[in-house]
Amino acid sequence: MSQTLTENAPLTAADGELLTVKLAREHRNKQLKAVALVAPLAIFLLLTFLVPIFMLLGRSVDNPEVVTHLPATSQLIASWDRRALPSEEVFQAMARDLTAAKEAKTVPEVAKRLNMDISGFRSLIQKTARKMPLELAAGESMRDRFIQMDERWGDPDHWHVIAKNAKSWTPYYLYSSLDLRETKAGTPELAPEEERAFISIFGRTLWISFWVTVFCLLLGYPLAYWLANLPARKSNLLMILVLLPFWTSVLVRVASWIVLLQREGLINSALMNLGIIGEPLQLAFNRVGVYIAMVHILLPFVILPAYSVMKSIPPTYMRAAISLGDHPFAAFWKIYFPQTVAGVAAGALLVFIMCIGYYITPALLGSPEEQMVSYYVAFYTNVTINWGMAAALGSLLLIATMTLYGLYSKLVGANKLSLG
Amino acid sequence: MLPTYASPIERLWFWSFRIFCVLILIFLVSPLLVIVPLSFSADTFLLYPIKSFSLRWYEEFFGNGVWLTALKNSFIVAPAATLLATTLGTLAAVGLTSSDFPGKSVLMSVLISPMVVPVVIVGVGAYLFFAPLGLSNSYFALILVHTALGVPFVVITVSATLRGFNANLIRASASLGANPITTYRRIVLPLIAPGVISGALFAFATSFDEVVVTLFLAGPEQTTLPRQMFGGIKENISPAIAAAATVLILFSIALLLTLEWLRGRAEKTRTSAA
Repeated sequence: MSQTLTENAPLTAADGELLTVKLAREHRNKQLKAVALVAPLAIFLLLTFLVPIFMLLGRSVDNPEVVTHLPATSQLIASWDRRALPSEEVFQAMARDLTAAKEAKTVPEVAKRLNMDISGFRSLIQKTARKMPLELAAGESMRDRFIQMDERWGDPDHWHVIAKNAKSWTPYYLYSSLDLRETKAGTPELAPEEERAFISIFGRTLWISFWVTVFCLLLGYPLAYWLANLPARKSNLLMILVLLPFWTSVLVRVASWIVLLQREGLINSALMNLGIIGEPLQLAFNRVGVYIAMVHILLPFVILPAYSVMKSIPPTYMRAAISLGDHPFAAFWKIYFPQTVAGVAAGALLVFIMCIGYYITPALLGSPEEQMVSYYVAFYTNVTINWGMAAALGSLLLIATMTLYGLYSKLVGANKLSLG
Repeated sequence: MLPTYASPIERLWFWSFRIFCVLILIFLVSPLLVIVPLSFSADTFLLYPIKSFSLRWYEEFFGNGVWLTALKNSFIVAPAATLLATTLGTLAAVGLTSSDFPGKSVLMSVLISPMVVPVVIVGVGAYLFFAPLGLSNSYFALILVHTALGVPFVVITVSATLRGFNANLIRASASLGANPITTYRRIVLPLIAPGVISGALFAFATSFDEVVVTLFLAGPEQTTLPRQMFGGIKENISPAIAAAATVLILFSIALLLTLEWLRGRAEKTRTSAA
C-alpha cells in the first residue's frame, strides 16, 4: 500500500474527491430522483383533484351577480351612509344598470340573488326592469319615480341588501350553511327557528356516522377476534366471506338490501310466516335500512385492520396470563384488548371519515329524514342550481373530513395505511 | 377448541360467541346470495318466492342497448383509469420509498386524500372545473377523475410491497454486474409485481364501482354500469338489475380470486427470496 492513513486526514474517494462532499451529492441526487418520480402524480392530482376542489371552495364565498350586472350602482352605493335612502345618483345608476341588464338579459340572475336575502325582491327587480328605460318628466327625480313605481324602493332595508351584495365575495352561503345570518352591522346571528335546517343536517350526519361506526365495531371486533384465532386454513376460507362483499359493487349490495328489507321482502315474509309479526315491518326507506346497509358496506373496513393487528399478537401472552391465575375475561381485557386498541381505533376512525361523506346509500335506502350533508350538496348542484350553497355545505363537510383525516394521519401515519 | 374440562358457563359462552360470529358472516354474504336467484326469475318484480325460472332478464341485459352501452362504457373508463393510476402511482411509490425528502409525509397524505374526500365534493368540483373547458360529458374527464380516485390504492399497496423489499438484492445484482435496467427488470419488478397488480385491481374496482362522479360528470353517452344501476334502483327496480348484479358479483369473485392468488404467490416469492 502506497498510501498510509494519517491521523485527521480527510477521507477521500478513489478519484481524490472528499468523501463527505461526494456522499452529500449522492444523497442529493437520490432525493432529486425520488422527487422526479413523485412529481408526475403530484402534478396530475393537482390538476384533476386539488384545483377542482379549491374552485369549489372558492364558490362558497363567490358573489358575482350584483357586482357584474349592476356595476354603476355597486360602485356608488359603497359610499352610502346606510341610514336614510341612498342619493339620487344611486337611483339613476340603478336605472342605467337595470336598462343595460334588461338588454343583456341578466336581470333574472340579479333578481335570484337578491331574493335570497329578502323574499319578494325577485319580482320587485323584474317589475322595475320591465319598465326600463324611464323617461323622467321635467323636475322629477329618479328616486321619486322609483318609489312611485313601488314603495319598497323607499325602504332602506332593500337598499341594505343591495349594498351588502355589492361586493364580489360574501359570507352569506357559509353563514346560511350554519343556520346563521348577517345582521346589518355585519355580525352573524342565529337565524329564526323556522329557518334553521343545516345544523340539524350536520348533526344527523355525525349521529348516523357515529352509530354506524359503533355497530361496525360491535360486529367487527368479535368476528376479527374469532377469525384471527382460528387455524389458518379455516380462517382463510372464512375470510373470503368477508372479502367477497368488500369487493362487490356498493350498488349491488344496496339493491340486495332493498330486496331483503322491503315491505314484501324476504325478511318480512319470513317473519310473518314464522308468526313472529302480523304486520310487515318498515325496514327499508328509513333509518333502519340505512344503518343496516351502511354497516354492511363499512364492516370490512373494521374487520380487516383488526384482523391483521390480532394476527400479530402471540397467543402465548393470553395463555401466560391465564396460567398465572387470571380469569380468561380479565386476561382478555388486560392483556389482549390493549394491544388491539390502536389498530382497531384507526379502522373505526376511517369508517367514521368515510361515513360522513356518504351519499349513495342514504339516497337509495333512506327517506328524506336520513339524507346527509352530501345529499344536499348534490341537491343544490342538480336541482336548484345554487352553486353558493352547494359549495358552502361542501366546504364545511370537507373541513370536517380533513380535520378527522389529519387526526388519522397523526395517529396512524398515512404511510402506514394498508389494505387488507 | 374447547377443553373437555370446560364448565357449562364456558361452554355456553364458547358456543354463543361462535353463533354470533357465524351470524355476522351470514349477514355479510346474505345480500349476495339473495340477489343471484332473482335474476333467473320470470317475474317482473324482485320478489320471493320465485314462481318460474327464465333467462329473460339476461336477454334484457345482454340484448338491451342501454345496458350494453353502460357495460361498454365501464370497460372503456375503468381500464384506462387503471392503467393511468397504476403507472403514476407505482412511479410515485418508488420515489416515496427510495429516499427521504422534505415534506414527504405531507405529500403522502395529499396523495392518499382522494380516498377520504367525500365523492360528492370531488364530483361537484370536477364538474365546476371541467364544464367550462367543454370537457363535461366526455370520457376524457371521467377517466382523469377516476384515475385520481384510484391512485391512493396503488400508492398504498406498492409502497407496502416496497417496504418489505430487501434493498440488498439490488446491490447484490449490481455487484454481480447487472446494469440498473436489468436489475429493475429481473429483480425488482418480479418482486413488487404482486403489489402493483393488487393496486391495479383496487384502482379498477374503484372506477368500476364509481357512481357519484359519473353522475355529475358524464352525459348520457358515458353512462357506466353502476350509473345505470343507480338510475334503475331509483326509478323502477326490475330483475334486470338482479341480472346486472349477478354479472358484477361474478366479476368481483374473479377479482378476489386473482388477488388471493397473487397474495399466495407473493408470500412464496418472499419466503424463497429470504
